[in-house]
Amino acid sequence: MMFSDTFSDSVLYFIELLLSGLTRGSIYALIALGYTMVYGIIELINFAHGEIYMIGAFTALIISGIMTMYGFAGLSVFFTAMIIAVLYSSAYGYTIEKIAYKPLRNSPRLSPLISAIGMSIFLQNYVMLAQTSDFMPFPTLIPDFECLSLIDYMIGGPELVILITTVIVMAALSILIKYTRIGKAMRATAQDKTMAMLVGIDINRMISITFIIGSALAAIAGVLIASYIGQINFYIGFIAGIKAFTAAVLGGIGSIPGAVFGGLVLGLTESFATGYVSSDYEDVFAFALLVLILIIRPSGLIGRKMTQKV
Amino acid sequence: MKLFFSFFTLLGIIVFTTVVFAADTINLGVAGAHSGDLASYGIPSARAAELVVANINSRGGILGKKVNVWTEDDACKPELATNTATRLISKGVHVVMGHICSGATKAALGIYKDMNIITMSPSATNPDLTQSGDYPNFFRTIASDDAQARLEVDFALNVLKLKRIAVLHDKGDYGKGLAEFARKFIQQSNKAELVLYEGITPGAVDYSAVIRKIKRSKAEAVIFGGYHPEASKLVSGMRKKRMDTLFISDDGVKDDTFIKVAKKYAEGVYATGPKDVSNNPMTIQATVEHKKKYGDDPGAFFLNAYSATLALLNAIEKSKSTNYQDIKKALQTQFVETPLGNIRFDERGDAVGVGFSMYQVKNGTYVEVK
Repeated sequence: MMFSDTFSDSVLYFIELLLSGLTRGSIYALIALGYTMVYGIIELINFAHGEIYMIGAFTALIISGIMTMYGFAGLSVFFTAMIIAVLYSSAYGYTIEKIAYKPLRNSPRLSPLISAIGMSIFLQNYVMLAQTSDFMPFPTLIPDFECLSLIDYMIGGPELVILITTVIVMAALSILIKYTRIGKAMRATAQDKTMAMLVGIDINRMISITFIIGSALAAIAGVLIASYIGQINFYIGFIAGIKAFTAAVLGGIGSIPGAVFGGLVLGLTESFATGYVSSDYEDVFAFALLVLILIIRPSGLIGRKMTQKV
Repeated sequence: MKLFFSFFTLLGIIVFTTVVFAADTINLGVAGAHSGDLASYGIPSARAAELVVANINSRGGILGKKVNVWTEDDACKPELATNTATRLISKGVHVVMGHICSGATKAALGIYKDMNIITMSPSATNPDLTQSGDYPNFFRTIASDDAQARLEVDFALNVLKLKRIAVLHDKGDYGKGLAEFARKFIQQSNKAELVLYEGITPGAVDYSAVIRKIKRSKAEAVIFGGYHPEASKLVSGMRKKRMDTLFISDDGVKDDTFIKVAKKYAEGVYATGPKDVSNNPMTIQATVEHKKKYGDDPGAFFLNAYSATLALLNAIEKSKSTNYQDIKKALQTQFVETPLGNIRFDERGDAVGVGFSMYQVKNGTYVEVK
């Protein structure tokens, strides 16, 4: 080892890497939640999810810019920007489903997938042309809390907010799907669309709701993460989306706790690989782990084993 | 058809060569990409040569002779560049301004060397061209690729007097290339310890793990090879973790977007960038001439080519000779006033006084560090 540390230094370093991993992992998890939920209900890998995330961030940037111009500041800007971003992105998610996925609902599974990729490329280029291809500074909407000032070199306000939001969203989604009427109808739609229709469930409405919730989650992730990173451009959705997708697959796609677990495992792996080996190899470690886990557990870390419908 | 053209080309060469030798002119060869996908790098150079030569001829030429420009296209392809060189030699050129791309320049240089022809490139940045010592006939008016790394390391070691330095890069050609030079220079200097050398993944959502690694390495400064999006994430991350580690980077970071994005965290960041010559009267004049003749703003390497042409012709004038050794000596000893400043060349062929300056962010703008 190139650093000669005392034991306590090593422990501190370990804890710091752990926190880095948790931060990065919860970022992945927050995006992966929307991915995995849509997949869980209609078995579609929504590649445009990353773009919804990016659109959420851009909306928040515009709203906060306008509000700052009119003299608003602090948390009021944060909440307004967040709410409008959520509404706007949900509208996008709803529309995308109606335009790009609904007509293909009875086609082979590959068709909606290709349609999703097309939608993703379209939205990226649309934002690039309508806004800018340059990096834009994103305001620090989440303040650095006073009470954290002693430990903010370990973990800052935005990191903590992302971590807590991830846990809350995970819990809320699980409750929604398991215990509410809508959740029950969603699960029924997921199991068998025809049967669900026969017992009087409006499956079009269920799928729309799924997309609206998924897009809302993407927007929340977009605003929080952009505020942590401090810069956005039209391409952020793609890179974040790929990693979030990896996290969702790692945890077991379709499983809500799986997305969070997968995200954290991925984040921690990357963080420790960087800390103890080299950041040159962080992706190598991350994807080697993915391959390994998929060989041992093809349905992911905590994914259910799905019986193939014939 | 082809035969027809070849015949005319041959005829042309014979006729013109005769004319040339009879008229006893100074022959300047201009080689570079004037066609193909890299033509935008070569055409400004050819135009620069035309402008300089037109000026000189209107004042009566040099040593009482008119200057003739021979332009040949190599499309930036090494395999074409050798032909280009042979054609220029057959036209009796005394000096060559070119080639444009490093690969093509390297391919052609051997041929010029055998014929004792001085060659000066406005744009070939490959370090080997001057540093290998293989091409004593080669000069250039652009800083080599490692010049930025050299400046960064020299600044860190001699001006800031740092002892522990971390070198990071973004794994790209540009960033990694720079970082490798920086690593080499630090290790060669024996003045400081290289405590960390790592590549980071561009576009990753956060760099907190690598930032903690920098902190643990107790580096006094980070030298980063790469572009501004990663640089601003790194700098903001370090400052948020209350690290005051200095940040030194390259012209990929010397961009106003960096300051716009990193905001208050950008303050104090060092970055190298091309020397600002826009206030030089010769630069202004050359740009105006170009606008007058071609109707638009000059393209890439125009000023470098303008300066190279001036330097070559000046060397012939000062040495009163077209002899290889005489021109070479004049290039190395005589200063010449160009748009890039008052320049001469070192024994390896690199222009002294051309290159990069160190800038630092102060109150939201890059200010040259004097």
